[in-house]
Amino acid sequence: MASHHFDHVDRSGSVSGPPSAGDYVFDRGFRGVAWLSAVFILALVVYIVIEIGGKALPAFSEYGFGFLTSTTWNVQTGQFGILPEIWGTLYSSLLALIIGGVFGVAIAIFLTQDFLHGHLAAVFRTIIELLAAIPSVVYGLWGIYVLIPLLRPVANWLHGEFGFVPFFGTSLSGPGLGPAALVLAIMILPTVASISVDALHQVPYKVKEAAYGMGTTRWEAILKVMLPTAGSGILAALVLGFGRALGETMALAMLIGNSNQISLSLFSPANTLAALLASSFPEAGPVEVRALMYAALVLLAITLIVNAIGLAVMKFATRKFEAER
Amino acid sequence: MNATPEMTAAGAASASAPTGAIVMNCQIDRVFYGDFLAVRASTVPIEKNKITGFIGPSGCGKSTVLRSLNRMNDLIPIFRFEGKVTYHGQDIYDRKVDPVVVRRYIGMVFQQPNPFAMSIYDNVAFGLRLNGFKGNLDERVEKALKGAACWNEVKDKLKNSGLSLSGGQQQRLCIARAIATEPDVLLMDEPCSALDPIATRRVEELMLELKEKYTIALVTHNMQQATRVADTTAFFGVDISQGSRTGYLVEMGPTRQIFEDPQQKLTGEYVRGEFS
Repeated sequence: MASHHFDHVDRSGSVSGPPSAGDYVFDRGFRGVAWLSAVFILALVVYIVIEIGGKALPAFSEYGFGFLTSTTWNVQTGQFGILPEIWGTLYSSLLALIIGGVFGVAIAIFLTQDFLHGHLAAVFRTIIELLAAIPSVVYGLWGIYVLIPLLRPVANWLHGEFGFVPFFGTSLSGPGLGPAALVLAIMILPTVASISVDALHQVPYKVKEAAYGMGTTRWEAILKVMLPTAGSGILAALVLGFGRALGETMALAMLIGNSNQISLSLFSPANTLAALLASSFPEAGPVEVRALMYAALVLLAITLIVNAIGLAVMKFATRKFEAER
Repeated sequence: MNATPEMTAAGAASASAPTGAIVMNCQIDRVFYGDFLAVRASTVPIEKNKITGFIGPSGCGKSTVLRSLNRMNDLIPIFRFEGKVTYHGQDIYDRKVDPVVVRRYIGMVFQQPNPFAMSIYDNVAFGLRLNGFKGNLDERVEKALKGAACWNEVKDKLKNSGLSLSGGQQQRLCIARAIATEPDVLLMDEPCSALDPIATRRVEELMLELKEKYTIALVTHNMQQATRVADTTAFFGVDISQGSRTGYLVEMGPTRQIFEDPQQKLTGEYVRGEFS
């Protein structure tokens, strides 16, 4: 590497020279550390999957795929099934994605499309990102003491008047899917908003000029040009938000009611995989722990599949319209 | 729309009287960015079916003046315009006028090709859909692409992204997008500065074809381009005597006169390449 010193070049009085041996050692060392870190992360993921898979294997051989489709969780009789939890996980996360997604993207538009003066927008953005700093358990407490009492009269009125609509099919007695999904929406809001803000910021100014130059109104420019151009970034924001919602544990364990049932009603108590794991582990015997490990594996699989689908969709959207051929 | 041939007298002493119908007359008193006086008293008439070239050293305000013609500068919050820009006799800076409407009649092609991140077809159809066009969309898209001299290159890949084209093709796509709605006036802000010589040639040929139907105002940093395509040339200078850099119209007239027999000393120095 250091063999070319250009010794034949007369370089008296010049500062130019080859890197020192130390520079080369540092260079190689740095490359080594970078590689090691990357490999370590990969190994960690593989190790976690293998470890959980190994612990779940006994339960898998015992209950098979029936575990995914049965609805009872009874330690006494040794019956375990997680269909209600799978349903609750997906349903609550989807609700949170719809609510948090709409608000998050709306906030991102508000912060990037000249509705606010630059400094004010920065302050606003910081406040929204601070939402991510609130501990999950605090959200849970806020949900129990503020949100649920606030929602209950509204929910029960909706149930009374529109009880025939499946979404309002039960009354809200306390914890339930609705409050849990709302809190979850607030929790994913910072993720969705700040990644969408970045995506919208990355739309070049010349694209905005092009839109206004065609004679668009502000909303036409935003809806027909800015949002589609930032589309793949906003999609990434939504996928990450959904991923976060799927795995969220503490606030949900406090708010969702931990009840094994499948219902479309927003006010019915339900359960999620993460909440099931968190609330059952501390007192679980060896048999239940094996079943919980299986449930953990299922949760891991769901999040991995969702993220993979998200990445694929993003790649498709990017390939279609960004400057690649 | 047809211009009522109104012969607004060109205010600035240095602008020789135009011979054709005037579509737009830009009468600037002062243009500010914040406290910065960017352009002072200048009158620039734009004649129908002609190419009016704006030349001058950088910072002379030629782009600012061009962008005042369709209120593109309104996008910049600190921009302030004092004066009048009449379009068929109507002041587009009148409080009652919506800049969105102005831009529908006065189209623009920018320095950097800026197609939308959508298909070639959708790029061209954008303005048509925006204006609620109900007729045969395919036909109009084809016509616009032919008008912009890129139909043959893109007719087999209309569903591909506009961004997949080369720079010169992208710029012609942007021209197609701008002319699809058949605006009255076309503003071109250094449309060839990001293009190679061959693509530049094609766009220049295109401009000469387009002026049969449209009225064109062209900013160019390339004096040869002005001599090749512009019928009328406006030369802008920079006044640094007040400690700031303020642009103003030095002289305007038939292109041949500006380049061969300029009335102002400064114009002569500039077109001979003595400063830039």
